Amino acid sequence: MSYTFMGYPRPNGKYGVRNLVAVIPSVVCANDVAQAVCRQVQGTIGYFHHQGCCQLPLDLTRVTDVLSRLGQSPNVGAALIVSLGCEGTDHQRIYEEIKATGKPVEIIHIQELGGTSRAIQAGIDAAQRLVQAISGIQRVPVDISNLVMSIKCGGSDATSGMASNCVIGYVADKLVDLGATVVFGETTEFLGGEHILARRAVGGEDGPVGQKIYRIVDEMEKRAMSIGEDMRGGQPTPGNIAGGLSSIEEKSLGAIVKSGHRPIQGVLEYTEMITDHKGLWIKDTPGREPEILTGMAATGAQVMMFSTGRGAPQGFPSMPVIKICGNPNTYERMQHDMDLNAGRILTGEKSIDEVGEEAFEMLLDTLNGRMTKNEALGYFGSMDIFCLGPVI
Amino acid sequence: MELKLALKVDDLDNVATIFANGVTDGMQVEMRDKKGISETITVCGDVPYGHKIAVKDIQAGESIIKYGESIGRASRPIKKGDYVHVHNLEAMRGRGDL
Repeated sequence: MSYTFMGYPRPNGKYGVRNLVAVIPSVVCANDVAQAVCRQVQGTIGYFHHQGCCQLPLDLTRVTDVLSRLGQSPNVGAALIVSLGCEGTDHQRIYEEIKATGKPVEIIHIQELGGTSRAIQAGIDAAQRLVQAISGIQRVPVDISNLVMSIKCGGSDATSGMASNCVIGYVADKLVDLGATVVFGETTEFLGGEHILARRAVGGEDGPVGQKIYRIVDEMEKRAMSIGEDMRGGQPTPGNIAGGLSSIEEKSLGAIVKSGHRPIQGVLEYTEMITDHKGLWIKDTPGREPEILTGMAATGAQVMMFSTGRGAPQGFPSMPVIKICGNPNTYERMQHDMDLNAGRILTGEKSIDEVGEEAFEMLLDTLNGRMTKNEALGYFGSMDIFCLGPVI
Repeated sequence: MELKLALKVDDLDNVATIFANGVTDGMQVEMRDKKGISETITVCGDVPYGHKIAVKDIQAGESIIKYGESIGRASRPIKKGDYVHVHNLEAMRGRGDL
């Protein structure tokens, strides 16, 4: 059995499932200009993050890398970089790297243009040109092996690990078997389950991949404790606890179910992009939505499948997010945010495999252009970049 | 009467998760394992949807097992049917005091 989806061809051989102009502020201080441009010009999205200056060099490199990779990601057809002029990120490198993919890209500098109103005008003109330039690109049928799907669970409760994550695990296994790429993260939520993941690594628990899984979990645990406090009170979240999850271990064991059963090929750094990687991969990310969704989009994922029990509504500007809800009560209350009701597994109406097939069909529809609920609602404004050091 | 279901995921588990609304102290629930084999358990405490009960007696300090793996340890003795949550289960990971 083979599957295809209708993708927008990009000059670098990748295929997008959306055709957007990304407006990229190179620093938090450029957000207002970028927002004004996005409000005016149809077909644009903005990456309104809060980083890019007064950070340690390692984080400035990280922010530059992530913004560049978001611009390179396949759902972005063209990019406008909005630079202030005195920021710490390397806006010229962002420009050059996106340009190297063959996409149209422009850059404006607020200070050089003479301030906010002039920059907004120049930005609107540039964004209009870019939208027109890519608006005629036609979708073409491509094999599903061109897909990179990211997965995540958020607003978890006890249903997540027993219904919605099982459904995503089913889809993840199916995609890997079809030659596609699946990426999961949330290193914090490997705590207590890392031995299970390490044993699934290519080369086994003692091989380099297995050892790297242990190392990233150890680093995340130490980072959480490095300011002299422990994680309890932060993870599981108060919402998780109200939903029946008693410890980080319980949350983790339920969370890793969504990765399915296939071997883990390797561990990607937060800023790393998928090139020709196939199969199941881990990306080292925190669990919080704005940072992990950004990391996954920067991986080059065209879509995300997101499991929730409590009801997490948010998406991401350039990556459709399909909400699989494990809790039948939540689905009833939040039908306008939740795309699929996996709670039917717990009420005995459907099996995991049956809902898994429904989720796979919904995935194909989404790739072909059908909007997810959060896309149609425009609920995708919050994003951010995961940094390691303090703001200084 | 509506079926009050508690699911046990793995044979090694000493807790089961309740997927029913309105389970209160003294009520009977039907605990099912993976194979669908069921046992009636009397619940001690009001247990919200998605929360856990013990399916056997658990000593203080003993591991609490779900998905066949440890999710923490009992901070006090737990009897079969007791509500199990943060009041009697303590996490062992991500802590600054161990």
